[in-house]
Amino acid sequence: MKANCWTGRNSVEVQDVPDPSILNSRDAIVKITSTAICGSDLHLLDGYVPTMEKGDIMGHEFMGEIIEVGPGVSDKLRVGDRVVVPFPIACGACAACQAKLYSCCENTNPNAGISEKFFGHPTAGIYGYSHLTGGFAGGQAEYARVVLADANVLKIGPELTDEQVLFLSDILPTGYMGADMCDIQEGDVVAVWGAGPVGQFAMDSARVLGAEKVIAIDKEPYRLDMAAAQGYTTINFEDTDVRSALLELTGGRGPDKCIDAVGMEATHGASHIHLYDRAKQAVRSETDRPHALRQAILSCRSGGVVSVIGVYGGMIDKFPAGAWMNRSLTLRTGQCHVHRYMKQLLGLIEQGKIDPTRIITHRLPLSEAPTGYDLFKHKKDGCEKVVLSP
Amino acid sequence: MQTDTSSTSRLRHDPLVRGLGWASALLGVPQVAAPESFARALGVNGGFRHRAATTAVGVRELAAAAGLLGRPHPAWLWTRVGGDVMDLTMLTRALKNHDGRGLSRTVAATAAVTALTATDVYAAVTRTRRSTPMELTGATTVVKPPDEVYALWSDLERLPEFMAHLEEVRVTGPGISHWRATAPFGRTVEWDAETTEEIAGRLIAWRSVEGADIDNSGEVRFVPAPGGRGTEIRVTLRYHLPGGALGQAAARYFGEEPHQQLDDDLRRFKQIAEVGEVVRSEGAPGGKRARGEFPQHPARPLTEDELKEALA
Repeated sequence: MKANCWTGRNSVEVQDVPDPSILNSRDAIVKITSTAICGSDLHLLDGYVPTMEKGDIMGHEFMGEIIEVGPGVSDKLRVGDRVVVPFPIACGACAACQAKLYSCCENTNPNAGISEKFFGHPTAGIYGYSHLTGGFAGGQAEYARVVLADANVLKIGPELTDEQVLFLSDILPTGYMGADMCDIQEGDVVAVWGAGPVGQFAMDSARVLGAEKVIAIDKEPYRLDMAAAQGYTTINFEDTDVRSALLELTGGRGPDKCIDAVGMEATHGASHIHLYDRAKQAVRSETDRPHALRQAILSCRSGGVVSVIGVYGGMIDKFPAGAWMNRSLTLRTGQCHVHRYMKQLLGLIEQGKIDPTRIITHRLPLSEAPTGYDLFKHKKDGCEKVVLSP
Repeated sequence: MQTDTSSTSRLRHDPLVRGLGWASALLGVPQVAAPESFARALGVNGGFRHRAATTAVGVRELAAAAGLLGRPHPAWLWTRVGGDVMDLTMLTRALKNHDGRGLSRTVAATAAVTALTATDVYAAVTRTRRSTPMELTGATTVVKPPDEVYALWSDLERLPEFMAHLEEVRVTGPGISHWRATAPFGRTVEWDAETTEEIAGRLIAWRSVEGADIDNSGEVRFVPAPGGRGTEIRVTLRYHLPGGALGQAAARYFGEEPHQQLDDDLRRFKQIAEVGEVVRSEGAPGGKRARGEFPQHPARPLTEDELKEALA
């Protein structure tokens, strides 16, 4: 089959690879109908997430039709079912899964040892997301093996299109969890750093969950326009001082809730600070550039919540611990526990309360995946979200 | 290092050990009987100091000979190595302060002692059943009641499913089982084990019986985790790792560190207990295994041949 593979730093290639086969009794093989490029794929592309190997199949946002099930799959699933696959692999049985912390599943990462070295405790297996998360083949391919299929996939009826439900695999629940962790109260102003796909969905979710005002912070005019089109207030950090703008927009209080939907490769309006972090990151003495996180902490009102859904992989410098501690901030975070939100969000899509298709700007065949990465990474041609069809 | 009585009988019939014992005797007798002429034969003049030193060396050699031939033990081989170092030091000093008479004999003697040292070191290293007593502990928590977890573990013949290094466990009688495992550097070790204590739902303890390739014992306790969190499985393993510290270091280098193995096994046990089987990925088709974590097979489907090999 054809698959989009990582072939080295800043390089992906569509290659011929063997077809997947059942390795565990509860596996299913899915013929992929739609798959997408995620912002976190760019962190892998850049080589900032360790333990990538040449030939790894990329992709963790995918859906399709089941064409084969292993002997252990419960009869909930059958060949022919149309399914969306959550990016973290959950076993459903361990203490983490029972506590609905699916992305912290204790059983699905065969490389738990590496994960433990980096993070202290192991995290769940993730498709196409380095060997740190298990070395599972990804979904930017014609077919994929879905692990513990009956404990993971969400069945989808024929009424909704692929584009309406594909993002249930990752970015829609991730954005939603960003807002959910904010514990939004009446009158809350929610500021979202990053108007990429996850940021956009965090904004939509904050509104659904009752935010009074949603503020988008980014530097790409087309991304801010996309947010403005939904009625969100925008701040371009390249020409505006974010903290003063936020104070002005909130009557001097600061946003009640702040969401970091940027993560480890942030850019900063002040070039000297950006250069400092960029240099440290280049020599690997700091793996992540945490501008958005620093600014969110400094901007948030006292007693507020800073919710982090942007991906961090390692260490950061200059963490404003003083602001965080002295002003009683709550820091909440996590790789998305997708399974927790899928059904609920499917409902919101069916009711028309959230329209995930609004962020799609590019539709390409799988064979043009490298072009998709180039457009997305360099923000060319107004690229917000690329959907690939095998 | 442990005292190991079985090594005495093993070494008694070892030709190299016996050869070295006789060599000690052959050197020791003339050194004690005629120290002056022995020293002269080495090209060192027979002054009082040299005579005394030669006698002392002779006594040492005779002691080593008696030990190696009478009650052979690796310690005697190490005594020889120590003696060799002493002799080489003395000969080097003799060479440095040599008056020239019989220099070639001293050089020849030094060469001979050097060769003998090499032989002694070889014999000492290979004949020493250096086994360091090791105690390993590990724990994991499984979301199942103790009775269920205990039942899974006490089915001994299933242990190889999650213990990566076990090839086979056969129950051979009441409370007796035969174990076969892979050891570092491609070797296989076997032993019979007897269950020394078993309390259903709480404890299994065992130890290897005489004649084991690796003496080992251990116990697994099944403790209810607080607040209904399932069962804590607490494992203690005690065994004598062949090769001592050096072997351990080498094993560690090849990723065979015992703690890692225990950690792997406990994670795999947890997977079997909670998920029903060991979880495999394309990168780690054999499941959790510390030594194979990086680099590994790329995260892409395996070819048919790779698949056969991985699942074998």
